[in-house]
Amino acid sequence: MNPRHKSFHPVAAIVAWLAALLMFFPIIWMVLASFKTETQAIQTPPVFFFQPTLENYSDIFNRADYPLFAINSIVISVAATAIMLIVAVPAAFAMAFYPTRRTRGTLLWMLSTKMLPAVGVLMPIYLIAKDAGLLDSRIALIVIYMLSNLPIGVWMLFTFFRETPKAIIEASRIDGAGVWDSIVHVLLPLGLPGIASTALLSIILCWNEAFWSLNLSAHDAAPLTAFIASFSAPEGLFWAKLSAAATLATLPILLFGWFSQRQLVRGLTFGAVK
Amino acid sequence: MNASRAAISARSLLSGRVRAALRGSGGAVGTLPLVAPSVVLLLVWSLVPLAMTLWFSFRRYNLLNPMIRGFAGWSNYRFLFGDPALISSLIVTVVLVGAVLIISVGFGAVLAAVFETGFPGRGIARVLMVSPFFVMPTVSALIWKNLLMNPVNGLFAWIARGIGLQPLDWFSSVPLSSVILIVAWEWLPFAFLILMTSLQSLDEEILEAARLDGAGPIALFHYVQIPHMARAISVVVMVETIFLLGVFAEIYVTTTGGPGTATTNLAFLIYQRALLAFNVGSASAAGVIAIILANIMASFLVNTVAKRLDV
Repeated sequence: MNPRHKSFHPVAAIVAWLAALLMFFPIIWMVLASFKTETQAIQTPPVFFFQPTLENYSDIFNRADYPLFAINSIVISVAATAIMLIVAVPAAFAMAFYPTRRTRGTLLWMLSTKMLPAVGVLMPIYLIAKDAGLLDSRIALIVIYMLSNLPIGVWMLFTFFRETPKAIIEASRIDGAGVWDSIVHVLLPLGLPGIASTALLSIILCWNEAFWSLNLSAHDAAPLTAFIASFSAPEGLFWAKLSAAATLATLPILLFGWFSQRQLVRGLTFGAVK
Repeated sequence: MNASRAAISARSLLSGRVRAALRGSGGAVGTLPLVAPSVVLLLVWSLVPLAMTLWFSFRRYNLLNPMIRGFAGWSNYRFLFGDPALISSLIVTVVLVGAVLIISVGFGAVLAAVFETGFPGRGIARVLMVSPFFVMPTVSALIWKNLLMNPVNGLFAWIARGIGLQPLDWFSSVPLSSVILIVAWEWLPFAFLILMTSLQSLDEEILEAARLDGAGPIALFHYVQIPHMARAISVVVMVETIFLLGVFAEIYVTTTGGPGTATTNLAFLIYQRALLAFNVGSASAAGVIAIILANIMASFLVNTVAKRLDV
């Protein structure tokens, strides 16, 4: 891992930096456009240097109901993640520290439920939500996001917990702690980094989810993914406002993503690549 | 009559599987109540909608015309397979998945190897590389569609004019390629990140030995790094395939499946049948096909992961 042991090619450095800048460019271009006026944003040749304006951001807040959609995104992602953790932590605890001959099969079966394509069950979920009066409600999205992240949650927590020495849990049990005491007083503090990583990945996945949010929400429960999609209407070009809304929706989760790259590998490959 | 029998058999299957899944979990420690909530929730989540989709796919059922109800036999499927839209959507799905896989895994593997050489600012370059993966799909699609690919005001049009070319009207003349470009931009970082993680576990001594034997960077990549990444590549291919089979938001905000059916993949076809035409039977039959496709890929993934799982 020590860079000194690695061969250093100037060509490799140039290729790598070029690729990185090309990949990142659309994001930069979006952030730049968010500080332009609408006229500057659609101008050709494009403007690279300009007097930045905050007008788009204030417009988004004052006229576009942006806070409503942002709050929906936050409430849905956080609630789905919290409920998922409450269900997943005990299961991962049991499977990591007290595995039985069924554990392996249960874990693989959980993984396989993640393979059910959302679009394959669009019709029944839509009809259930409709009959329950839950179309365009946060509750429907919270429940769906919680369930679709549950297998990833159990898996990630399982791989983290397995790295915790079992002796510590056993010691607490010998000292007379019940299973719940062990979880609350021993596992939670010890496993906090793993639980935090799992929470972060789940929040990222919920925040960016766009299939169910587009199909099950209209306005009241619409998170940012659905709000941004409303800019696809063909009438009028509001690139600067689109960019401002998109920048606000992207930046917080981008920061989360930068911090959780390594955990993301673990979570999205189900521990197959470490 | 049919309904109640199906419900009874579904219930006995369900409780049988709950019991089977839970029996072993409760050891001496009494872990059953710890595992049960997850297992029960996932059982309901995976079986109930699946059973309903199967059930609807054999029914005559249109939300816009509630008078027509009843058993349809195989007619939803027969109608679907006779419909050129299905064949076309399957082709679009396969081309989209295949092209994005080739681009993301190909460039991802090469760039992972390039990044392994170590160079100034490697950490920052790596953060920039993986960033597109964290941008929500509706944002990615709209930024590309408008700011970059718009045939009049977009940046690409300006570049094209600058080098004396006719600006391309991306979504009219090459719609599927345009969607592929956007989706590949979102998924290349994922392949890159996984493959780079895999390369970091490659023993430095092996690389050193190969270099002493006179292997250049290309030989190293071909004979040492690619074989080392083989497993990670197969995981990337399977995980991406499962997500790419369901590409929806990118199509929804750019082409809405058009022009014609040029960018209508299976996911978008189902959406059109379901929530635009409200044809529950037909949409469910197409849903069953999507589920079968995904499960073929999924079984490979589960087997690969199973080999690595030491419980």
